[in-house]
Amino acid sequence: MTAMGNNKISALIVDDDSIIRKIHKTMLERLFNMEARTAKDGKEAVDLCRSGAKFDVIFMDREMPIMDGVEATKELRAMGVKSMIVGISASASGEDFVAAGSNHCFEKPLDLAKVELVLGLHPNFST
Amino acid sequence: MDGIVQLQRQLVDYNASLFHEGFLDDQFNQLQQLQDESNPDFVVEVVTLFFEDADRLLNELTKALGQPSIDFKRLDAHVHQLKGSSSSIGAQRVHRVCISFRNSCEEQNVEGCLKNLQQVKHEYSLVKSKLETLFRMEQQVLAAGGSVSR
Repeated sequence: MTAMGNNKISALIVDDDSIIRKIHKTMLERLFNMEARTAKDGKEAVDLCRSGAKFDVIFMDREMPIMDGVEATKELRAMGVKSMIVGISASASGEDFVAAGSNHCFEKPLDLAKVELVLGLHPNFST
Repeated sequence: MDGIVQLQRQLVDYNASLFHEGFLDDQFNQLQQLQDESNPDFVVEVVTLFFEDADRLLNELTKALGQPSIDFKRLDAHVHQLKGSSSSIGAQRVHRVCISFRNSCEEQNVEGCLKNLQQVKHEYSLVKSKLETLFRMEQQVLAAGGSVSR
């Protein structure tokens, strides 16, 4: 999945909160040596992928303006996007996220332990 | 060099007191861990985003609660945002008031909401001035040639 000649894991953080985007981007880059990009709502994420951007893993917030995380996940899967999608939700229940095509769903906040878990679950990410 | 050592000790003590007194929780500690020589301003940058966000949201909340007919759904959406950003930076006391504020919104309890608004403004101004003091102390240590690495 990872581009040839670049063994960094690529991640997309989708969240309407600029503070979260900044913290998560820094966490993924510094602690996990990933290459991280951000999008501020589901539509921006869909547009990015439609324009050809590829990600190993997408961290998707649930509640966002314009297009929420569940909607965006459905749309991405309908487009054939194969990235691992991880829903991040304020509530513990993530059935709708999984039904929309996400691989996993976690309760907020995304932290070190959850990222480690995600990496352990992905066949390509074993270190 | 004694001056630097003393400044550094004051900084460490002050930082610890913010955790002991419950202004900050482990989330803030995690942010501090993400900062190093290659991104020395990370914490200040994140906290500045929080200040901007909180100032805007507190304004909105004050306006919304001043209306003759209160839109509780809108109010709750603003509190939800403030709850999220306070939790992101580890401003524990602000976060706690936000939880009770959301309950007041849900109960459509005007008096409760007004009380929570005063509380959240109070806690926010406290943590804001504490953080500003912390950053000022860090600047003093750096200016004296010391290090603020943890």
